[in-house]
Amino acid sequence: MTYLTLEGVRKTFGDMVAVSDFNLSVEPGEFVSFLGPSGCGKTTTLRMVGGFEQPTTGRITLAGEDITHARPASRDVGMVFQSYALFPNMTVAENIGFGLKVKNVDKKEIHTRVDELLGLIGLPEKSRAFPFELSGGQQQRVALARALAIQPKVLLLDEPLSALDAKIRDELRNEIKRIQRSLEITTIYVTHDQEEAMALSDRVVVMSEGEMEQVGKPFEIYNYPSTEFVASFVGRLNRVGAAVIDAGLGTVGFDEAVIATGTKIDKPDGSPVDIMLRPEELELNGSSTNRIPGTIETVFFLGSIVRVIVDAGRIPLTVDIFNERLLDMPSVGDAVEVTFPPHACWVLG
Amino acid sequence: MTIAGPQSGSLTGHGAAGGAVQPTGPGPAPPRRSRLGRLWPWFIVALGVVYFVTPLLGTIRLSLRHNKGTWEAWRLMLGNDQMWPAFGQSIVNGLATILVSLLIIVPTAYWVALKMPRLRPLIEFITLLPFVIPGVVLVLALIRLYSAPPLLLTSTYNSTRVVMICAYAALSFPYMYRSVDNGLRSIDVRSLTEAAQSLGAGWPTIVTKVIFPNIRLAILSGALLTFAIVLGELTIALYMAQRTLAPFMADIVRNKPFEAAALTLIAFSVTWLSLGMISYVTNRAGRRT
Amino acid sequence: MSVAEPVRKNMGGAKRPPFRFRWNWLGVMPFLLFAGALLILPTIVLGARSLTGPDGATTFENYGNMATPVVIDSFRLSIKISLITALVGGMFGFLLAWSMVLGGLPRPVRSLLSTFSGVASNFAGVPLAAAFIATVGRVGLFTILLKAAGFDIYKVGFDLYSFIGISVVYLYFQFPLMVLVITPSIEGLKKEWREASENLGASTYQYWRHIALPVLMPSILGAMILLFGNAFGAHATAFALTGGNLRLATILIGQQISGDVLQNPGLGYAVAMGMVAVMAVSIGIYSILQRRSERWLA
Repeated sequence: MTYLTLEGVRKTFGDMVAVSDFNLSVEPGEFVSFLGPSGCGKTTTLRMVGGFEQPTTGRITLAGEDITHARPASRDVGMVFQSYALFPNMTVAENIGFGLKVKNVDKKEIHTRVDELLGLIGLPEKSRAFPFELSGGQQQRVALARALAIQPKVLLLDEPLSALDAKIRDELRNEIKRIQRSLEITTIYVTHDQEEAMALSDRVVVMSEGEMEQVGKPFEIYNYPSTEFVASFVGRLNRVGAAVIDAGLGTVGFDEAVIATGTKIDKPDGSPVDIMLRPEELELNGSSTNRIPGTIETVFFLGSIVRVIVDAGRIPLTVDIFNERLLDMPSVGDAVEVTFPPHACWVLG
Repeated sequence: MTIAGPQSGSLTGHGAAGGAVQPTGPGPAPPRRSRLGRLWPWFIVALGVVYFVTPLLGTIRLSLRHNKGTWEAWRLMLGNDQMWPAFGQSIVNGLATILVSLLIIVPTAYWVALKMPRLRPLIEFITLLPFVIPGVVLVLALIRLYSAPPLLLTSTYNSTRVVMICAYAALSFPYMYRSVDNGLRSIDVRSLTEAAQSLGAGWPTIVTKVIFPNIRLAILSGALLTFAIVLGELTIALYMAQRTLAPFMADIVRNKPFEAAALTLIAFSVTWLSLGMISYVTNRAGRRT
Repeated sequence: MSVAEPVRKNMGGAKRPPFRFRWNWLGVMPFLLFAGALLILPTIVLGARSLTGPDGATTFENYGNMATPVVIDSFRLSIKISLITALVGGMFGFLLAWSMVLGGLPRPVRSLLSTFSGVASNFAGVPLAAAFIATVGRVGLFTILLKAAGFDIYKVGFDLYSFIGISVVYLYFQFPLMVLVITPSIEGLKKEWREASENLGASTYQYWRHIALPVLMPSILGAMILLFGNAFGAHATAFALTGGNLRLATILIGQQISGDVLQNPGLGYAVAMGMVAVMAVSIGIYSILQRRSERWLA
């Protein structure tokens, strides 16, 4: 049973198509992210669900009700804005309770609910503080509580973490996931950070220039990207321009190296073809069948990962190796072979 | 066209020294409203328009009702042999004021922005003084101070005129300084100067080729507003016995209502023209950046 | 130029020990000297003279003498006019500004209105007085039209040359001033606040009552106080309209310049300083309130 559906939703601003033909069915309690670069239409779509933009065509239904043209107040969705948008003249408690006060809920009940939510977000001592006294992370948590106070059917978050420091972002990310899990609330989350999207979501919708590129679980999006855009936007990607040697066997040639891709290639022998390789599936001087020689150009020590850029003649190859204490750190200038098994190859076009 | 008191410009924090508020971007989006709700703004604006336009209509009507003929008032006014000298004096005063004001404010604003940014609050405070000292109090103070021996600066018409022009320049400080300072801030004058210096430019080059071109607009803005202020100023000119436009007009209003109406319309148009120009000029610049 | 000795002062509140003369100060000398000669010094001299009795001794008696009917009445009148025009000007000016910023009016209309605000806020003094005389003076266009329709506004108590009339005239520059001053604050209302409140179920009325107006209140109050000061210090318009017949505080001082109507120069200076005090307080309160409102709306 789908809870929230978007059918054929389309939004144009004059000649400009912001969102074209968006179709999605969200299950109750599901966490879905809209992921994409700036201007891809993810925020516009979110705002259409929230009622702050009107679709040019299409339908949005929530729990069976058509809410396409309903006013934001009557939609039963809770919105968390990128800039928090806390009311500066009210305390934290008043902010959180505002949605209830507006519905004329009994004062005592408001008090109880607000306390509950303050506990949920971990800020019980800040109930009388004003927004300007809080840090960014705290303000965002209050914004979240405020949206949850009205017990919405769907929670909408518009890039809530992008204005925060990296460390706070991490913490808050876990908080959001925890809260969402415990409340089992259907959530739509907009972000341009693919790590965030994959870490938090049950499903990810990758968007580009108003179009839905792919919808799927994080694992699917990353390991089985269906378009080139998705492959390059989500995770890092090496792109090797090769030439088909034997289409039936699936072998291609890159300079002197012969690469076995393990799949049939739908192109005539001799034609150009691109092979995509994820850095983590490559090794240095490993034992796999495919080997490309090169020289180490740069070594980035990133902590848990060591990122090695290998100059393989025509192109640089990025290789990610797991760090370990006894690792023999590669040095710049070393001659190496980048090795990978056939199944690491993703043949494009 | 006398300014009645504190002028909004400096205190509103607007770039163009109080000339006009320009709708900058699309602005906050107006919320969706019911059909009736959408009418309220129009209704309010209509009320405002009625209030503001009616006196102008009355003036136009009166200027055309001279009993000797429709355009008689205009003919008399434009042919009045006292008006043109008065007008001329006002214009000269205006230009002189602009000159004095620029000569003092521009270097000061640049100096403060560059070398003594912590002094800004003090300077801004001083530029607020013309609002704290009403015109009539200032002219009282100036006369008492400078006409008594040993200063005796007001012994002749022209020497008084010089004092008045200096007073006008002081009155223009809020707008001039605010305008130029905003202009300097928007071009981040410190970084610009340091960049020019690091590339080997000397002071004259920096001032003429880097700074000046970028604040031309701000200067123009401040100058236009100052001009409008001086042209319409009554109180100080009156009590310093200067034969400028405003005292002349005050006389006409009392004795010759029809011509006064014609002159009022001329005055209004000139104000509209100069302030409209400020808006136009700053708007074009806004779109450029 | 000689090098000065250390001066034991704290400039601008900076917590520094005695500062030494710096050549930097030379750059602002022209400005300081000019402002000093034309603004600061005259005021100080005025203040000094207001504290000088007829015999030349320092005394407060001039200020005591301000309690005469002439002075009290003029201040009362000025305050009355200033209060009314500040309140009416503030309220309707706010509505105008709201219409312009949030009213959804088309761009060219807004542009025109805001240019007009700039012009109208400057349109004071003689031309303004003339325009109103031509319209609602005893033989003004409007007066005559209404009389023809059977309605004599002068019979119902309106009189252009009274405090009512002056207030109506003053509004001509008070409305635009309010618009100019309050517009940045209204523009500072984040659209997300409106959206958040809508999202939480609040109606337009509730949004304004609980969020927008409270947030705007410091700005509105500050602006009204500015309007008060503006009207209080105005001279030209009233002068052009009534000559000396309506004795506002500013008119009183003007008359004092041309001739000693108060029979006491010291008193005249005291009245002048009294005006400066009122203006200083109102500008001061405005600045404070403005700074507070910037916290939320900048």
